[in-house]
Order: sequence, then structure tokens, then C-alpha cells
Amino acid sequence: MKYLHEYRDPALATRLSREIHRITTRPHVLMEVCGGQTHAIVKYGIDELLPESIELVHGPGCPVCVTPLELIDKAIAIASRPDVIFCSFGDMLRVPGSGDDLLSVKARGGDIRMVYSPLDAVAIAQKNPQKEIVFFAVGFETTAPANAMAVVQAKQLNLRNFSVLVSHVLVPPAMEAILSSPHNRVEGFLAAGHVCTIMGYTEYGPIASTYKVPIVVTGFEPLDILQGVYMCVRQLEEGRAEVENQYTRSVHKHGNRYAQNTIRDVFCIIPRKWRGVGEIAHSGLGLQTDYQAFDAEKRFDVTQCQTNESDECVSGLILQGLKKPHECPAFAVTCTPDHPLGATMVSSEGACAAYYRYRKHNAQTGVLNA
Amino acid sequence: MNVPGLETEIQPGMICPVPLNKYPHVLLAHGGGGRLMHQLIETMFKAVFRSNELHQDHDAALLTIPQKKIAFTTDSYVVQPLLFPGGNIGTLAVNGTVNDLAMAGARPLYLSIGFILEEGLPMATLWQIVQSIQKAAQDAHVSIVTGDTKVIDRAKGDGIYINTAGIGIIEHEQTIAPREVCVGDSIIVNGDLGNHGMAIMAVREGLSFETTIESDCAPLAELTGRLLAEGIDIHCLRDLTRGGLASALNEIAAAAHKGITIEESRVPVRDEVACACELLGLDPLYVANEGRFIAFLPADHAEEALRIMRQHPLGQNACVIGNVNEEDSTTVTSKSTLGIRRILDMISGEQLPRIC
Repeated sequence: MKYLHEYRDPALATRLSREIHRITTRPHVLMEVCGGQTHAIVKYGIDELLPESIELVHGPGCPVCVTPLELIDKAIAIASRPDVIFCSFGDMLRVPGSGDDLLSVKARGGDIRMVYSPLDAVAIAQKNPQKEIVFFAVGFETTAPANAMAVVQAKQLNLRNFSVLVSHVLVPPAMEAILSSPHNRVEGFLAAGHVCTIMGYTEYGPIASTYKVPIVVTGFEPLDILQGVYMCVRQLEEGRAEVENQYTRSVHKHGNRYAQNTIRDVFCIIPRKWRGVGEIAHSGLGLQTDYQAFDAEKRFDVTQCQTNESDECVSGLILQGLKKPHECPAFAVTCTPDHPLGATMVSSEGACAAYYRYRKHNAQTGVLNA
Repeated sequence: MNVPGLETEIQPGMICPVPLNKYPHVLLAHGGGGRLMHQLIETMFKAVFRSNELHQDHDAALLTIPQKKIAFTTDSYVVQPLLFPGGNIGTLAVNGTVNDLAMAGARPLYLSIGFILEEGLPMATLWQIVQSIQKAAQDAHVSIVTGDTKVIDRAKGDGIYINTAGIGIIEHEQTIAPREVCVGDSIIVNGDLGNHGMAIMAVREGLSFETTIESDCAPLAELTGRLLAEGIDIHCLRDLTRGGLASALNEIAAAAHKGITIEESRVPVRDEVACACELLGLDPLYVANEGRFIAFLPADHAEEALRIMRQHPLGQNACVIGNVNEEDSTTVTSKSTLGIRRILDMISGEQLPRIC
């Protein structure tokens, strides 16, 4: 069992597709929350296996996309310092700030290192006592435990030269913000499977009952997404609004308690600005008082940078599921992966990048080509 | 430590001819034009590469080439890490240039080699690389006939950079170029993909998988030569290096102005490579290779081409992966395992592992 090909079986996919067709009697709008799910849907063409009456809109579950421009500008300012080794996950390196990106800073001589784990950044700090090591702690709840562990380890090792630039966001407040918007069209959610692996899914019960939306915790392979859609549509057709778990091989109801405790020890809930969406209360994580010494924003004197969002970019509407990438006038014209106007085109998890990479929009005919 | 004299032929596997206890690292003086540089060139490079042309002691190699069309190419190699499972920068430097000649339909004959060594490079590492270069040259049936050596200050390089230029001869009448690609052509690949890129990444990033992934670095000229010698009508050849299969297909589609479709289920990828890619969120279609190529040929030649290729060690897993299917197009599409077509675009920059 490799958990790869089994969940991409074309025969099973066809069966699930037929079942979804069979039970669907009216239009439904579903949102998949996670950027990884968006990527899979577009890459495998899962939406093309669904009835036309089912619309999948793409949610704000791409942490790279929702990191505020100000924070990217601060990251660039910190990384440009000669005394700093700036560590980051890969896909943050290409996100443009107001004028620049981290890869350009690297080309100009900045010491910027891609890491696979925040603990690698801690190791770099131990090996380079004369430098300041800053880790760009981005992500949803999925990456928060490892980032918290890095801070815990740094404290245990009494490292004075390690800090984190925190940009953590939480999924449930974002879902509530979408549901309470007057423009909301979303009737059901495929919840982010790896977020729920950490957090469990008990916090979605109140959302489901308050807003009367089914929420299905869903994985990332084609069969996961098809089964998640099936379970969600079945609820809608039956008039139910409950939380169900499709991703049972990874997600338990109460999640990973140890990971949650680690998050709670290091982080506290704060308001957080989401790029393209605005500030959402109680939607982010910041460092607890005991760990304030590791806060890079406080350690470095990065003055408020002049942030300039592109006027053309409609990332915010895309992140809220109000527009699709090909409905943006700049898509594939002035906004491409080589010249991105906003984060949804830069990040490989972003909806615009996924659409550009796996489909192309014929600007003249208005038809998606693939 | 014994140091063979200048007149003694150095065989691979022998001890390093530059005395390691006296010179454990490359010094600036090894590129200074004086006695130390002379010793390095004579006792290591010329003794190991041992072509007649090198021992002419000219500033240029005097070569006799049959009156045929010749192919000429150059490439530079800057890989980190210098040593990796399945090869090193030296084997890359030979095979990369040999393969460029092979993709032009040429039989490689001669290579030049230029070293830029960083002061402080361990001499034992240089010795290992030089021996690998000679072994790779022997395996590829090419001679190293001329070269150059420079040493740069410590911290101004990355250990060693190598440039190789190569000359090959064309021994057939076929025109092999993207413009020859036709609608209806089959596309064949000689083996499984993604090994080199993942081998490098594993070492570079300190990722240890349960199975060691080895680079597929290998010379392809013998394989392409057999296809040409057996009269297979080849329209285009392209080796799959940086950017992987997807980038090569896009380059050909753009140059030929023809649309291409492949079937993902037909593209061979070893399980270990597929799993490593999944862990990191990478697409094997975009991962680098160093011993793999694609051939565009008329569909009715495909079966015979596969028969010939599968008799060679580097073509045992050769298979048809797609075809050229559209005029006046530059689009490459891929049919997924679910039967849905998606664009296989040229990647912008490098693939970056995903956050979550």
C-alpha cells in the first residue's frame, strides 16, 4: 500500500463520478479550502468529472497567497541585512513584495536559504553564532506545530541569534468570514485534510450548525476529493448540515493533541490580516509572552514599508471564491507565473498558478483550453 | 607515499600522483603557470587522459577529422554537490557534452576540458573527479585532447567548475531537427525519469530515503548511433536535462510549431523516485535527468526503434509516451491517469518544494 496509485485509480474515479451524477438533482456550489486540494482538482481535472450543476470554488487555503504584502516587505527588509541568514520554505521565495522578492535579494548577495523543516533553521543558528538566523514561519495549522517546536528548541538551547517572522493563519475564522459575507455563494465545504490532522474537526460543528453548511474533512488525492464531493452533495440533497470525515486514514476527531499542546504553548490567537481579504478577528497566531524574544518583527527595526498592491490584481476575490482565475482580465495576459501581479499566481498552490499551469484561458474566445 | 614519475602511465584506482601529504588542497599556485601547475597538469591531467593530442604539447590540439559534416558543442558544469550517488561533476561534464552531440545525430570523437578550481579544493576530490572523467570518456569512446586549468581565490567558486566542448562527426544523411517533426510522429523515451534530479536533491538537502536514488548519468551516443545505423527515420532527438521531460517537450513544440500530447500513465517513473517527488510536492515530469532522451519518429518506425533500443542497457525500458498531434500549435498536453487532458506547461524557474 503506497497511498499513491490506489487513490488515483481511474476505475474507482469513474464509479464515484457516476454516483455523484446519480444523486445530484440541482445546482450546488462547494468550496475546497486548501490550496493543495485546488492544485489536485485542476491537475487531475476533477471538476470535469462532476455534473455541470456542481461548481467548485477555490478557497483561501494557500498560506503563501494570504500572507500580507507588508509581511513580505518586512521579510525582504530583514533578509537584506548583511548580518542575517534568512530561512524559508521554498514557495515563499518567489512571492513578490511591493517591489522585490526574496530570490532577487539572494541574487544581490542576501544569505537566503531554503529549508524543508524549521528545525534546519535552528541547526543553522547553532552553526552560525555570529549571524542572526530568521525563519519565515508561514502556514496554517498544519505547519504550526513544527514551527512551534523550532521555537521551543531554540529556547532550550538558549539560542540568542534565532527568531521567527510569524505569518500563521487559522482556517475556521476564514471559513466564517466567507460564510458571513453578503456575497457568499458557498453551500458546502471540503475542509482541509492536513489542517484537521493536527486540529481534529470538533471546531467545525458550530460552523456547520450556525451557517447550515455541510463540512466534509477531505484529503488530497483524486479519489479523496471525489468522495468528499460525493459526501457533501449527499448531505445537501438530503438537507443535512453536518461535519463528516472522508480522510479517515489521516484525521481523527480530536486530532493530534500533542501537536495542539505545542501550538498552544508557543502561540496565542491574534487578529491577522489576510492578503486580498482584510483583517479577520482571531484568525492568526502570534508568539506567547514567554517567547516574545524570538519575534523577528520586534527584534529587527523594520519600519513600516510602503506597500503597493497591484490595481489589476483580484486575488482577494479569487481567495474568497467570488471569481475564478480566468475571469480576471489580467490572467495570462499581464499576469503570468513569470510576471505575477499577486500571490495567487506566484504560489504553486495558488488558484491562478494552477489554472495557468494546467489550463490556458483563450482570452479571445473566453474558453478554457486543455 | 609513492609518486609515479612523469613517464609512468597512471591507471585509474592508483594513488593520487600529486603528493597529498604535501598538497592536500589545491593552491593558487596550481593555476599560476609555474612548477606546481606544470606538475598538476603533467602528473594528473595529461597522465590520466593520455591522448596523443594532449602529449603534442601544443596550445591547440591538431586533429584529423574525416571529410564529413561535424557537430560542435560546449557546456559548463557547476553542480553541487560535486559527488553524488551514480556520478560526480566529472561524469556529468563528459556525458553532458557527449549527449548534446548524440542529440545532433553525431558520433562524438573529441572533448576539450577546462577546469576552474577553487583554492582549497581537496586534492583527493580532484583526483577522484579526474579518474571519473577518464572512465566516462572511455565508456563514451571519446578522447580528451586539449584543456585548460585556472585556480581562483578561496570562496570565489564552488569547489570546481568544468567546461567541456565536443566535436563529433555526422555519418548519415538524415536531418535531425525540430523542424522535421511531423503530425503523427511517435515520441519515445529510453527509460525511467527523474533519477538524477532526485539523487542530487537528496544529497544537497540531506534527505535520506530508505532507498538510495542514483543519478542516471550516462552516454547516449551508442544508443542513438544504433538507431541511425539501423536506418530508423529519426526526425528529432532531445536529451532530458534541467526542466525534465516537460521542458524538452515544450521546447520542441515551440521550435517545431506542432502540438504534442503524452499519456502520463505511459511515462516510466521508478517507485522510489515517484515517492520522493510526492514527499516534496515535485512533479517527476519536470525533474532533471542526465541519461535520458526523447526521439520523434514516424509511427510506423516506433516498434522497430523500441526493439533496437531495448537490446541496449540504456534502452531496456524504452517506450512510446505520446505523439505529435496538432499543426500550428505550440501546446503540450498530458492525459492524466483519470483520462482528463491538462496543459503540460514550461515551468517558470525551478520547482520549489511545497510548504504543506
